Amino acid sequence: MVVGIVSYGACIPRYRISSEDIARVWGQNPPLIGKQLGVFSKSVPSSDEDVVTLAVEAARTAMRRSPVAGDMVNAVYVGSESHPYAVKPTAGIVAEAIGATPNLTAADFEFACKAGTAAMQSCMGLVGSGMMDYGMAIGADTSQGAPGDALEYSASAGAAAILVGKKNLIATIEHTCSYTTDTPDFWRREGQIYPQHGGRFTGAPAYFKHILACGRDLMKAVSTGPGDYKYAIFHQPNGKFPLRVAEELGFKPEQVRPGLLAPEIGNTYSAAVPLGLAAVLDIAVPGDRIFVTAYGSGAGSDAFDITVVEAINSMDRTGPSAVRSMIERKVMIDYATYAKLRGKITMGGASR
Amino acid sequence: MVVGTGITPFGELWEHSLRDLGIRAGMEAIRDAGITSSDIDALFVGNMAAGRLIDQTHIGALIADFAGLAGRNLPTVTIEGADASGAAALHHAYLSVASGLHDCVVVGGAEKMTDLPDPEVTEITATALDQQWESFFGATLFSMYAMMARRHMHEFGTTREQLARVAVKNHRNGALNPAAQFRRPVRPESVLEAAEVADPLGMLDCAPISDGAAAVVLCSAERARRLPGPQVRIAASAQAGDTLSLSSRRSLVGFDATSVAMERALKLAGRSRKEVDFAEVHDVTTISEIMAIEDLGFVKKGAGGPATASGMTAPGGELPVNTSGGLKARGHPLGATGIAQIIELVLQLQGKAEERQVPEARVGLAHNVGGCGATAFVHILEVA
Repeated sequence: MVVGIVSYGACIPRYRISSEDIARVWGQNPPLIGKQLGVFSKSVPSSDEDVVTLAVEAARTAMRRSPVAGDMVNAVYVGSESHPYAVKPTAGIVAEAIGATPNLTAADFEFACKAGTAAMQSCMGLVGSGMMDYGMAIGADTSQGAPGDALEYSASAGAAAILVGKKNLIATIEHTCSYTTDTPDFWRREGQIYPQHGGRFTGAPAYFKHILACGRDLMKAVSTGPGDYKYAIFHQPNGKFPLRVAEELGFKPEQVRPGLLAPEIGNTYSAAVPLGLAAVLDIAVPGDRIFVTAYGSGAGSDAFDITVVEAINSMDRTGPSAVRSMIERKVMIDYATYAKLRGKITMGGASR
Repeated sequence: MVVGTGITPFGELWEHSLRDLGIRAGMEAIRDAGITSSDIDALFVGNMAAGRLIDQTHIGALIADFAGLAGRNLPTVTIEGADASGAAALHHAYLSVASGLHDCVVVGGAEKMTDLPDPEVTEITATALDQQWESFFGATLFSMYAMMARRHMHEFGTTREQLARVAVKNHRNGALNPAAQFRRPVRPESVLEAAEVADPLGMLDCAPISDGAAAVVLCSAERARRLPGPQVRIAASAQAGDTLSLSSRRSLVGFDATSVAMERALKLAGRSRKEVDFAEVHDVTTISEIMAIEDLGFVKKGAGGPATASGMTAPGGELPVNTSGGLKARGHPLGATGIAQIIELVLQLQGKAEERQVPEARVGLAHNVGGCGATAFVHILEVA
């Protein structure tokens, strides 16, 4: 089964708030906090940006850069933990926007920060089995952090779309595997505005345990070692964890940094790994091998072994759709503006 | 006599429940003593807050049951004195043996703190304060110590750097203790730069949130003679109290309960301060250790900061303090701390403290405080 990536697209909101600004409001040590988390600024969605608009933008870029017409896409899956509707699929809106309707299957996924990669695996299965030719997997989030919570420094917004198929590939996916347990490190119950987390429990028994196990399983399955990969992409809840988990697996910082966006845009949750992958595909050359391991609280990891092929050279990867240019295209805002945009200001009787 | 010790590692022990930790420490102490469970007459457990931390009270019965001792119908009791619960349990276990009621008892301390989010744990530790006059208004344990630190700085010129020296010393000691939560040294700059907890105290000035358990076996001197040595005698077990709320106290820069417990302990042991070779003191914050060495009378009031900076309390100093790493680096599972201090004393007195061994240690002192000083225990142990 040769399944792979046909095209991809990304979307990162323009607004940023600095960790220093947040730290100042909450009485933390402003110069130190960014260093401690490895997150110096994060993306903030504007009032007209939600998971639907971000996902549509990313999906349209992916379609525009591929030879595939909208009606050839037979599945659209959107992974997110901030779908605008509790009931009413984001995926249907995205499918309509890229012209994939009506002959397709579509659904919304949720698995904390790895719903985007879970969507990729589902598309791989459908395409690999011959049920369809193309499937669109999207990771998108406008994630939430309670005022004053540690999550406020990282919870950000973004989207990335990966078009999966068997033909017209720019990269092949050699193997994927997952590692899933019931680990309560982070959750948001129905009706709650902000998630809760287990503090330091989100580290060793959650993020590290799952990524290390899944990453090792992948390398064992394809008989590779860290040295076989040009790039390594890990889930990035902050700027520190990915570098530490990479080191434990035997990867070097230079393999990780091209796909490490958290220091500049924060944790884009379901979009984090797909966006890291998009950033790496923007600069990869044929033959480059890419190691990918996502992590979603709750908890699980999905790992992928990806190899870039010749056709990537004929894709337009420059211009405003490149991840790097989206990161650099930014407008800094203050905490007050951020609080307004994120609905953190309670309006007297008025809805937000 | 202390004839056996058992301790779990301290730290974030996600894989272990309270009962699991309590049983491990207890069984290790029994094995170490060279006795069997049929030799035990009673179980005493120090625990501060399992009722709120894990919704479980009745810890003595719980641990006896899951250690397989329910069939022996042992008397068990859980003793609470805030974070001096461990020393309180030891005190009452000691009294039961000294009175002749029991011949051989196990006394343990245990706490499981990491099942709850940190803010809830902070609220729960604040229950050791006066709910009506302090914690109800938002006071936390560390904010109370922060006020004491400020007053100490104001009255005696104690500096932020002197406070940091306590953390640096205790982390260096903890690095040598296999059971410690933090086995790494810290730089003075890191202590000064760490995230603020309650001004002037930062993260590295305060004891961590920890899981852990510790246990010792006590028996009568007569019984101990039949057991293998080297043996350690409890020369004094003394307690003193004070007002619950800090605002009612005579002074904000020390604990009278500590001073009085020390006088009582020295009298019971028939010893002078000069005979004490080393001490484990209740360094729940860095200012706590500075106030402790003053209140215990090892230095005069106000001289604790400069004494610490001079190296007096460092290994090789005149009075090594907290060779285990103290609450700061060994960790502070509330109810377990008082017993963990006793275990450090026993290891030192038996010459088994390895890299952190105090040379020719003959007399050791343990100082355990509940909350903000309404309860203080001083135990003096000596080579039998």
